[in-house]
Amino acid sequence: MTTLGLTGIERLAEAFASARADGRAAALMPYQMAGHPDLASSVEIGIRSADAGADVIELGVPFSDPLADGPVIHAAATAALRAGVRVHDALEVAAKLAPRIPVVVMCYANPILARGLERFADMLAERGVSGLIVPDLPFEEAPAMSAACEQRGLALVPLVAPTTPPERLAMIGARARGFLYAVSVTGTTGERRALDDELPNVLARARASTSVPVAIGFGIATPAQAAAAASAGADGVIVGSRLVRAAGEADDPAAAVGDLVAGFAAALRDVTLG
Amino acid sequence: MTTISAQLEHRFGPYGGQYVPETLMPALHELEQAWVDARADPAFGARLTDLLEHYVGRPSRLYLAERLSEAAGHPVYLKREDLNHTGAHKINNALGQALLAQRMGKRRIIAETGAGQHGVAAATACALLGLECVVYMGTEDMRRQQPNVARMRLLGARVEGVEAGTRTLKEAVSAAIRDWVATVADSHYVIGSCVGPAPYPALVRELQRVIGDEARAQLLEQAGRLPQRAIACVGGGSNAIGMFYGFLDDDEVELIGVEAAGEGLASGRHGAPLTAGGRGGVLHGSYSAIMQDEDGQIREAHSISAGLDYPGSGPEHAWLRDQGRARYVAVTDAEALAAFRRTAELEGIIPALESAHAIAWALANRSSELDVICLSGRGDKDLAEVLARLGQSG
Repeated sequence: MTTLGLTGIERLAEAFASARADGRAAALMPYQMAGHPDLASSVEIGIRSADAGADVIELGVPFSDPLADGPVIHAAATAALRAGVRVHDALEVAAKLAPRIPVVVMCYANPILARGLERFADMLAERGVSGLIVPDLPFEEAPAMSAACEQRGLALVPLVAPTTPPERLAMIGARARGFLYAVSVTGTTGERRALDDELPNVLARARASTSVPVAIGFGIATPAQAAAAASAGADGVIVGSRLVRAAGEADDPAAAVGDLVAGFAAALRDVTLG
Repeated sequence: MTTISAQLEHRFGPYGGQYVPETLMPALHELEQAWVDARADPAFGARLTDLLEHYVGRPSRLYLAERLSEAAGHPVYLKREDLNHTGAHKINNALGQALLAQRMGKRRIIAETGAGQHGVAAATACALLGLECVVYMGTEDMRRQQPNVARMRLLGARVEGVEAGTRTLKEAVSAAIRDWVATVADSHYVIGSCVGPAPYPALVRELQRVIGDEARAQLLEQAGRLPQRAIACVGGGSNAIGMFYGFLDDDEVELIGVEAAGEGLASGRHGAPLTAGGRGGVLHGSYSAIMQDEDGQIREAHSISAGLDYPGSGPEHAWLRDQGRARYVAVTDAEALAAFRRTAELEGIIPALESAHAIAWALANRSSELDVICLSGRGDKDLAEVLARLGQSG
């Protein structure tokens, strides 16, 4: 199943390419938690983000035990589950956004295994999703999921961390589809006051390991940090906790997130291409 | 050090694996290599053995509990892990891993705890070796196990209360893993049971199998025979895997793991994923028997015993179950409480509520020639909780 006649992998490639063609240093990739603060708002947040300049939406599926997430995203997942949001509901949000903007679903391993890898991949493809990120599925555990995604033209996006040694980076980079997700910090998701000094090195090593674009995430909370990450060589910038916090706090979540996304988009437009 | 070839078991049949964020993968490889090197190093082995003997007090005694035997209708031997320094089997693992951390040059130890016994053991090992110690504990468990909280603090550990979920062991493990993701360069996570990503299940088993190895030799000497049944409680399952390994190759010895049935298996409020069966799943880095809903969300466990109040289980237990080598059963809160009281009255031994589950099953299932039960810990920590419950029920 494809949208606009393209596979998920092709749609992601096009999103990165068109960001470049627009003269922007990096694609803007906001993260949102499906069903937070509620399902209708989730759809609205995604649409407003797309209108405000997002290139790709990263859509989190709520999970009870999100080990890679810091307090903000953990709390959003807990709230969504308490409100009765199911995996199926989260994927319906993806289906509603996918015609507008490429969607990459971020889901922990167990909800995927509970359905079976093949069936889960079918569900993503049927809803026009472009890619999948599984934060607790490292290289060693990924071959079956990788094959299931590949067969459907879906991008299984792997993560690399500052702790990943060079030979491992090469293996992961070679298997990356869509983009390579470089984790900017040794730690869980969440806002940081400053970018890690190692960021340019992390990005350089990641870029050298793969032929797909490299997106940076974890700890990017301000437009200035996004611009700095783009200047340091990121092809894409993922912003998560800052936006999830806004969605949880604001009276009009979609407007609040949309305004923030517009600010990030403006900052990325101002980065001089190196 | 990055090796892809496993040197300790990563899988037990379909169970096990390493379902963790990429950030931790190099640390898991490093840990595995460090353990393989350490266990081959005679100096490391000598140091651990010396501490187990003179500091922990091993070998722990094997005791023929005559009045319990009378009640059961056959000889019942208790493997007295409750007599270890710190009052439980947890010290065997905590001390071994703390020594390993020291050898790896890691100065900071992270631990999680449910009943507090592993937290106390980790804090003790850290005090002994001069390491910094942070223990994550659900705030509900802090309430249930107040004396152990005070003990950990006295030993110099920082106890971090965890407010998420039902504020018990599952959330404490998650919080410990999140800490480790952020501090992996200078910290070692001393997981308290045979759960988690590889190499932990195998590493913890190797440190706990001293229980079963000793028990086997002691039984042959004291009883002149092997047991018909080796019985141990199972939360994550570390005392059970340690006990079982001593008898794994003795086909005639039945291996019985006793889980928490809580308010009853049918109520859904239990901690018995191995007994209840159902689809396997991923929790805390490994694939095993877990409690989950049809959507793959992890269910909350329930047990009167904080150490068994866990929705997961060690992956090797799931494999022993599937192979039919070990059998898993469950005992309710009420049955465990009755056995707790009975053991105190008949033997003058106050068992941990966790261990009381194993005793309760042995007393209720009498057809055996001889049982060895792992008395995994002492029950002083449970007094307030038990007295409150017994008060309620008159």
